[in-house]
Amino acid sequence: MSKFNKGKQKEDPEVSTASLPDIIFMLLFFFMVVTVMRESELKIKVTTPQATELTKLQEKSLVNYIHIGRPTKNYQAKFGTSPKIQLGDKISDIEEIPLFLENHKASVPEKLQFKITTSLKVDSDVTMGIVTDVKEKLRKSGQLKVNYSAKKRTGDL
Amino acid sequence: MARVRAKDRMKNEVNAGSMADIAFLLLIFFLVTTTILEDSGILVKLPEWSDEPPEDIQLNSRNIYSVLVNTNNDLLVRKQPMSLKDLRDDTKLFITNPKKDPTLSDSPKQAIVSLKNDRGTSYKAYLEVYNELRAAYNEIWDEQAQIRYGKNYDDCTKAEQEGIRSDFPLVISEAESTSFGDEG
Repeated sequence: MSKFNKGKQKEDPEVSTASLPDIIFMLLFFFMVVTVMRESELKIKVTTPQATELTKLQEKSLVNYIHIGRPTKNYQAKFGTSPKIQLGDKISDIEEIPLFLENHKASVPEKLQFKITTSLKVDSDVTMGIVTDVKEKLRKSGQLKVNYSAKKRTGDL
Repeated sequence: MARVRAKDRMKNEVNAGSMADIAFLLLIFFLVTTTILEDSGILVKLPEWSDEPPEDIQLNSRNIYSVLVNTNNDLLVRKQPMSLKDLRDDTKLFITNPKKDPTLSDSPKQAIVSLKNDRGTSYKAYLEVYNELRAAYNEIWDEQAQIRYGKNYDDCTKAEQEGIRSDFPLVISEAESTSFGDEG
């Protein structure tokens, strides 16, 4: 009857856990690689202002970032101290914005393109002049959904 | 004898059982420490660009709530200086106009908030003002949602939200900024 109980009954067959570390290491490496932030490569100083009426940006692939701020110490010799724009990982001219938007747009499926948001990460100390210029460029490029990046305000006004 | 010992040595393996634990520890450390950068901010829809100058539309001045932030980051609201703290309540009063004051807006639908800044205005000041104007509208919507449906605006259905929004449309018009105090 006991067709299946033949042989060494008492010896528990163990699942080999030898490969478990590998699996977890894989996960670990995945997280380590994925969470390398672009932020670290910022060549300009950006401290976003505080606000209360915040909306969270949902899908990261549908967001492109334009940083505006003053160059950090290391780059002041090269770029000066007046506010600059950083697109991707390099400091750029305002005229490069349309191309930058176009490049990002190409990476997004066509039916989602209307959802693309531009997140303006602007330093608190920057004057509105350069921001106005960027906004005008965005409008001319037809990129109308804009997010003024800000942190949650903790204290009072 | 020697042969047995050799066999023993072959069996000597490093115990890999704890490797998983070490890796787990590292994994959890990374999971906890990496805040996946969450971006939040004030969502704005810019007006479409047109090369033609906008038409001159004569509006009743009582319906316009002009806010000017100048190079010194001072606030001028309807030609009167104002502190940022009062802006929110004043905006709400202007839009809703509960006492039918003839100097405030005809109706919420006709109210227009006009925001103007210099090129020398600091971004922080600009955003704070913008935030207050937005907050005024959000508070009005919330109050309306409470009156009509007895719940928060965020909990309302899409149709309910749209109903409220069409009665109290968000109109923040931004004028071309003047070129005072630009640092170029």
